[in-house]
Amino acid sequence: MHIREQQSERHVLSVTVTNEAGILARIAGLFTARGYNIESLTVADIGTDHRISRITIVTNGPLKVIDQIIAQLDRLVPVHRVIDLTETGPFVERELALVKVAGTGEDRIEALRLADVFRAKVVDTTIESFIFEITGPTDKIDSFVDLMRQIGLVEVGRTGVVGLVRGAQAA
Amino acid sequence: MAERSGAEILVQCLIDLGVDTVFGYPGGAVLPIYDTIYNHPKIKHVLVRHEQGATHMAEGYARSTGKPGVVLVTSGPGATNAITGITDALMDSIPLIVITGQVATHLIGTDAFQEADTVGLTRHCTKHNYLVKDPANLAATIHEAFHIATSGRPGPVVIDIPKDVQVATAPFEPPVCAIHPSYHPQVEPDAEAIAQAVAMIAEAERPILYTGGGVINSGPDASQSLRALAERIGAPVTSTLMGLGAFPASSPQWLGMLGMHGTYEANMAMNKADLIVCLGARFDDRVTGRLDAFAPNSRKIHVDIDRSSINKTVHADLGIVGDVGHAMAALLAGLEKLNRPLPDLTEWWARIEGWRARRSLDYVETGTEIMPQRAIAELFSATRGKDVIITTEVGQHQMWAAQHFHFDAPNKWLTSGGLGTMGYGFPAAIGAQLGNPDSLVICVAGDASVQMNIQEMGTATQYRLPVKLFIINNEYMGMVRQWQELTYESRYSNSYSDSLPDFVKLAQAYGWTGIRIENIQELQSGIARMIATPGPVLVDCRVAKLSNCFPMIPSGAAHTDMLLDPSQVSGTMDDEAKALV
Repeated sequence: MHIREQQSERHVLSVTVTNEAGILARIAGLFTARGYNIESLTVADIGTDHRISRITIVTNGPLKVIDQIIAQLDRLVPVHRVIDLTETGPFVERELALVKVAGTGEDRIEALRLADVFRAKVVDTTIESFIFEITGPTDKIDSFVDLMRQIGLVEVGRTGVVGLVRGAQAA
Repeated sequence: MAERSGAEILVQCLIDLGVDTVFGYPGGAVLPIYDTIYNHPKIKHVLVRHEQGATHMAEGYARSTGKPGVVLVTSGPGATNAITGITDALMDSIPLIVITGQVATHLIGTDAFQEADTVGLTRHCTKHNYLVKDPANLAATIHEAFHIATSGRPGPVVIDIPKDVQVATAPFEPPVCAIHPSYHPQVEPDAEAIAQAVAMIAEAERPILYTGGGVINSGPDASQSLRALAERIGAPVTSTLMGLGAFPASSPQWLGMLGMHGTYEANMAMNKADLIVCLGARFDDRVTGRLDAFAPNSRKIHVDIDRSSINKTVHADLGIVGDVGHAMAALLAGLEKLNRPLPDLTEWWARIEGWRARRSLDYVETGTEIMPQRAIAELFSATRGKDVIITTEVGQHQMWAAQHFHFDAPNKWLTSGGLGTMGYGFPAAIGAQLGNPDSLVICVAGDASVQMNIQEMGTATQYRLPVKLFIINNEYMGMVRQWQELTYESRYSNSYSDSLPDFVKLAQAYGWTGIRIENIQELQSGIARMIATPGPVLVDCRVAKLSNCFPMIPSGAAHTDMLLDPSQVSGTMDDEAKALV
């Protein structure tokens, strides 16, 4: 007997929650306990009174499982709302990365040239290194990091995805 | 405003919320609370012998009375011992409030004596939990906890209270229960969905009502609505283990329990139905068997108060989120307005009667040995005309009790369904007896499972509770042995109950009456003596050792592949099926 894998698709979920102790553990734990995947998870306080946080989760799974993830999240007492941005319609997703690249001579110039193409900003520099700040959708950052790897990538830090629906209204 | 200590605030809130019974065990981190309830005129504290016992007693109390069960335990081992019962309550949707002591706030995180991360440990086995760090927040938290435990899909809520918070003072006034910003369970079903359901019912030629514990959780009115709905539609009714009693077993429309050890007629009717109306049940794997072969030609309406139950394992053609009692009342109202007759179900019933004629619960009796099914049947007939509550442990005896004891009213059948917790039944009986002092409370147990919380005999003795503990003794962990016979060619690895105590002497040691029933001649008189004897009674009923529980849907099989008797058992199983056990 062998374990079979299932077809899955990527979804971005936006979850608003009461900002209370343990909420992140509750949500992350729900994913591990029920065997759901987390590709990235971001969380920050978004209210003026520090009572509400938005958690953006990138997950993947068969559509049936995504529906179940939403229902399970919605069931948690401190969860206000769960929106599947992927299903809701057009939305914007961005992530920020800091990319440290080392090199001299032609490599250094090429790194700057590529950074310009990707609209990455230099936020730190030494004689033999840069740290670039880049924002964009996940695949844009993936491409930039891949190119930098060929030049002299030292290390990279990424925030994970945040997203909002397009248009004038809140989702 | 006069200030009161955290412990005083807690006890005042419990009284304000109508609590009169608390199941608990003292320890260092709850001493301030125990001092507050010392000789308290309004709170009856039931001293258990192990914290797991306290949680199951609270479950038995809750399930039999409809009120939430309250547990009070200390930090560290007190809290960890309670976890099995908390998880059991989560799986079976039982409202519990579990108050745990915690080390003082400045010691949290230092590996202090009897410290455990209780909120961390119970985060995923509670409906919600709290760590209260200021006595000023205690009253609002306790009121909110009761609201969450008892509303929507009920479940356990843990409130962890550090010792310094129990001692420190704060101004107290009873809180006005504010509307919670993010907790709003949907009670009223969507009217459009109800109309659609009525239309689907009006077309169905082979409908079946598949009911579950949700009907019992919804309250006695829901059981009445179920009876009215079944009568209006004329459909057969089956139920999960948790839902037994919501629909009267004496009704001709009753098919018996469905699922792995359900009746042939219930499982065949589910398989051949064209419409399944699922009312407060959740398509558990013990009910569905092999999913791709489960009720293949039917449309399904699923009514559940928990949206995450709908489409979790089985696709529902129509999902209705709401309280099942409200939904059934709405369905009835919709059916009343229907201006055409419902389809004639004569042919459907003829097929069902054909399946019923297989008499799938029959068993063969030989000589003077007591068949376990016979013991349950005698227990059933001996208790007619009495207000009887049955609890069970987990295993073969549990399934035999579900098959051969018949219930006509809700809240009379207490069993561990979802988690399948051996050790549940006996403490649950104690809790049920405390909540129903005039009822005849009988725990049907197995010789193995009764030993998991047998220390609670002392609790029954202390509070003079006349519980009856009826042990179906076959000297095996019978269900494990049965699976080993069916799946592992009778290699009975560690399933023999070696070194059993002399149960009758044990009963006497605890100040109980002990009765041994050894053969069929002694069965009726032994049961009669058990019922007639005041105070707690243990019965050691020796039954046929190798009986198996039939009918049975083997692991990984479809409803149509039921085993009806031992001659159909092969003794081997492929790996795919083994993995599903």
